[in-house]
Amino acid sequence: MAAGVARAQKHAPWILLSPSLVTIGFLLIIPMMFIVVYSFWLRTATGADQVGFYLDNWQEVLSDRFYRDILLQTLKIAFFTTIICAVVGYIPAYFVANTKMRSKTFLLIMLMLPFWISYIIRTMSWINILGTSGAINGLLLWVGIIDSPLNMLYNQTTVILGLVHYLLPFMILNVYVSLEGIDKNLTEAAESLGCNGFQAFREVTLPLSFPGLAAGSLLCFVLASGTYITPLILGGPRDAMFANLVFEAIITQLNWPLGSALSLVLLVLLGALVVIYTRYLGVDQIAKSFR
Amino acid sequence: MDDTKRYERLLSRYKNGDINRRTFLTVLGAAGAAAGIIGGPMGMLVKSAKAATPEQVRFDGWGGVVSEAFEKYAFEPYTKKTGIKVVSGTFGGADEYLARVKSSQPGEFNLAHLSGVFDYARYHGLGLSSELNEANIPNLKTVITSLIEPLRKISDGKLSAVPYDYGTTGIAYNRKHISDDEARAKGAKLMIDDAYKGKIGGWAEWKTRIWYGALQSDQDPNNIGDMEAVWDMIRKNRDLVLKYWTSGAELMSLLAEEEIYVTEGWSGRIRALQDQGHDIGYYDPKGGLGWQECIFVLKGSPMAACEELLNFMLEPEVAIAVAEGQFYPPALDPKKVELGKIIPTLPAFDPSGTLDGLSFFDPAYWNKNEAEWSKKFSRVQRGY
Repeated sequence: MAAGVARAQKHAPWILLSPSLVTIGFLLIIPMMFIVVYSFWLRTATGADQVGFYLDNWQEVLSDRFYRDILLQTLKIAFFTTIICAVVGYIPAYFVANTKMRSKTFLLIMLMLPFWISYIIRTMSWINILGTSGAINGLLLWVGIIDSPLNMLYNQTTVILGLVHYLLPFMILNVYVSLEGIDKNLTEAAESLGCNGFQAFREVTLPLSFPGLAAGSLLCFVLASGTYITPLILGGPRDAMFANLVFEAIITQLNWPLGSALSLVLLVLLGALVVIYTRYLGVDQIAKSFR
Repeated sequence: MDDTKRYERLLSRYKNGDINRRTFLTVLGAAGAAAGIIGGPMGMLVKSAKAATPEQVRFDGWGGVVSEAFEKYAFEPYTKKTGIKVVSGTFGGADEYLARVKSSQPGEFNLAHLSGVFDYARYHGLGLSSELNEANIPNLKTVITSLIEPLRKISDGKLSAVPYDYGTTGIAYNRKHISDDEARAKGAKLMIDDAYKGKIGGWAEWKTRIWYGALQSDQDPNNIGDMEAVWDMIRKNRDLVLKYWTSGAELMSLLAEEEIYVTEGWSGRIRALQDQGHDIGYYDPKGGLGWQECIFVLKGSPMAACEELLNFMLEPEVAIAVAEGQFYPPALDPKKVELGKIIPTLPAFDPSGTLDGLSFFDPAYWNKNEAEWSKKFSRVQRGY
């Protein structure tokens, strides 16, 4: 009897976890295994896949300068996007967290508003703003500052701009949650000990909000690194990101094995980043902003 | 009177000029709906016969005005006549669609509005083709022979698709900045002219880029001798290009907003822009690229229902209405079918019905080089 109870208690966690494990297994692990298996197949000249264990795709992806350069370009774009999101996003997050206005809920809803509009539509809106006959050129021409429209679209800057527009709410929400959790007495204590407002912010608020800033940065970096729509819509011929190569390998070239190897490279790289983050800051900080 | 007789009588009245096209389609729709409402008890009698009839067939196309034309002029009347629903989907390109089909079960996708003989050959090569019973598609006799024969050659004399329309990928230019004379004088080389740096566009499709690269390096696109010269032309074009567009909608937007002054473009889309009042010129250079579109039936599809839909879509009234909606000439032979007043004004229209003046992708040649060239173009367009 006692042995049976002990055995049941021993297995209880697994039984309770089983729905989650089955879901994760079917929706994440098994599809991922398919991708891993695919990456070792070969695409033949006829377009059919040759089943087997071939290292050709991996050899190509890991040794070819083309893939390395595009990967570095992707990381560079994601890095600058993240930095801009952190700097630009901190200000509204700080304002919302510290406002005495009664309409704080309204401000938070405003932050969520962009999520209700399609990402593609939001990205395309920049064409109407920055285009030759867009709002900015129209205004500058009307005021007489310029004689002919400026070419502002389809370059790396517009790609970063589009990504910042897409990812800024993620950063603001993470920082806001972190700022909300800071005990206001700590800032007041710092000021009572002689700090001015800026010093109190630098010595108390900023360090304590760092986990939120880091969580937002991680989200922004990972999402920016995996995007392909923004460079497709707002980029020029040379502004591709790594996900565009995955798209092309799978959709245009029908080379699923190579596309699988490419997507796994990106997955491993970003996964490593998440592991490092979790090791030092804990992944629960990201979850807080969605509670 | 059964549905077919009712339909034939209606069609006859329309052909005689007793009713106009709009009335024809409206009455056709109403007749179908009425049959659906009162046919319940009678329908029970033929239930067993209809057991093999699918409830729906899936059709995938290019979206935009093309899909709207199909929906309005072909699918709605077809559904009202047969009771078979046409589920309409869209794709951005034949490559993307093939990726979807490849990962699906046979029968999941049925009909597709595919581009060119090249795609027909590719789909056939991958074992995705079906075998049409041409006896079920009597309207096939009215289709331009030179559009059917290349398909037959690929699939051992059989057909897996019917040609539906054709067009060209010519040079589209903004007349405010580029004159007709300049476009005709420079031809394909207009798109490697330094004077228009930052105002040139191009389709982000490897085949078209290589075709135009061949023209720019004075070579036959279906028999390229110096491939490196072609890549050099593509690189030169790339360095002058503002944007490689990826859809017809983007092509129209870039030209209409004057982001670009010159690009190669699809004849029907350019006509749509012209009809909207944009002063866009269109010119097919020597060796310009012609293509046909076909309605391909994928392996595992309900053949009888698909063949009936194909025959319905090839009815001159339907094909002309769709052609006028999408601005591409129908595949119907103008020597066999009266195409009305608008079709002869469409760009790329060939009144002879032979299409002798157009150049098409040689499927064997291009399929042979697809893997290597598509991969290399991916690199070249990114600066390599």
